[in-house]
Amino acid sequence: MLISAKNLGIKGHETWRVRGVNLTIGEGEIVTMIGPNGSGKTTTAKALLGIIAADEGVVTRKENMRIGYVPQSIQVSRNVPMSLTRFLTLTQAHSQDDITRALGLVGLSAKGETSVADLSGGQLQRALIARALLLKPDLMVLDEPVQGVDFTGEIALYELITQIRDELGCGMLLISHDLHIVMSQTNRVVCMNGHICCEGAPASVIENEAYQKLFGPKASEFLALYHHNHDHHHDHDHHNHHEGDSGHHA
Amino acid sequence: MLDDFFTRALVAGLATAALTGPIGCFIIWRRMSFFGDTLAHSALLGVGLGIYFSFHQALSVFFVALGISACLQWLRSNASLSSDTSLGILSHGALALGLLMLAILPPSQIDITSVFFGDILASSRTDVYFMCGGLVLGLVVMRLVWQPLLVATVNQDIATAEGASSKVAEFTFTLLLTMVIAFSFKIVGVLLISALLVIPAAAARQLAPSPEKAALLASLFGCLAVYGGLEASLHADLPSGPAIVVLCLLLFIVSFAYRLMREPKAGAR
Repeated sequence: MLISAKNLGIKGHETWRVRGVNLTIGEGEIVTMIGPNGSGKTTTAKALLGIIAADEGVVTRKENMRIGYVPQSIQVSRNVPMSLTRFLTLTQAHSQDDITRALGLVGLSAKGETSVADLSGGQLQRALIARALLLKPDLMVLDEPVQGVDFTGEIALYELITQIRDELGCGMLLISHDLHIVMSQTNRVVCMNGHICCEGAPASVIENEAYQKLFGPKASEFLALYHHNHDHHHDHDHHNHHEGDSGHHA
Repeated sequence: MLDDFFTRALVAGLATAALTGPIGCFIIWRRMSFFGDTLAHSALLGVGLGIYFSFHQALSVFFVALGISACLQWLRSNASLSSDTSLGILSHGALALGLLMLAILPPSQIDITSVFFGDILASSRTDVYFMCGGLVLGLVVMRLVWQPLLVATVNQDIATAEGASSKVAEFTFTLLLTMVIAFSFKIVGVLLISALLVIPAAAARQLAPSPEKAALLASLFGCLAVYGGLEASLHADLPSGPAIVVLCLLLFIVSFAYRLMREPKAGAR
């Protein structure tokens, strides 16, 4: 067990932002948390990490666990003048070899000396991932890692995350609201709306009534596994694609 | 050496500017310049209260500024107001209270010009020793909080999640900022002290590739402005506080122009 929450509740100004959350992430496990805006995904993740205190319930973390946190990139200040290399060593020093490797892995090899202020949103996102992976964490928490990234970029980013996770063997908590895809390796999907409405293996969640209610009629086409999308990444709309196919056969 | 009033003024000014450099950098990186302004405005109230109760002036400014910081924290978390609104209330509220205070006091007790624009040329030996001691202490403190404060400035949550808690560093920094404002408003005055924090740091931001170089450059710019401002004040009979700030402004313009020439695209961003 890396992190576990028991009956976790966080209060907003007047209402509960989340309540009654029971969630455990085991070593090497990949958990994807989905839910609409304001459903308490980030709040839950922050409480798990100890960034915000629980108003109710208990959060237990494995002792001396190394955490690599990838916050939403829009919440990262680029006001401080620093090069990308310096940014990667923000909380901990790393060898030049490790830095070079990490930059290569996220496709930013040429940007080591570039100021973080000059990186695009997508590049900053990858820089944040590189920074977290350099820590060789036991648990990596990624909050909306594909936010603002286009569809092709999204696939590439999930491939990168998969590659990192295979290499480090770390546990992962992925948060996403625009759920085109879920990593095929995801062990568990947790569907949130102020509480956990349903959870389970990706395939079983699609069938779940609570999930369908939350995401409406589009629910079934919404949750597609990433390896599936990967074969068809020129086509943005799956539904039409398949209809087109059947039309052709007829 | 300290017998000469000009030398005393210069040493006190340089010590102040050397410390406001790195502190000012964090002020602009953390977007706190309005906060610095608010503390500076509250200094007027501090001066007034100090005179009224015959209490040490700088200490009374310090305590008033601390009170204002505490009010800000409280307003932000309890009044559903954004920090700039809270600051707007506190800044102008404190300024108006300070002005009323000065109106109540007999005019003979207070030199309003020196409160507003500073009176660096009147620095005493004690002032000089105090500023130099303050500089050493301030630099040691900045060195200690530098790393955690830097992480928290980039992203607070990374600092907390990865176990480099920054609460102590942030509190210490606010305390240091309050002290610097309380003890150095004599140099450029209540109205211009936050300029000495913000403008050299903003000029350094144009040129420096790393946070450490920015801090060093900001100190250097501040010292240059103090030296030039004092010379101008001596030879052209100009008020020293505004002269120092105008030189800061010139340094900013030069740095910005230099950056525009070096990377023409910078202006388009």
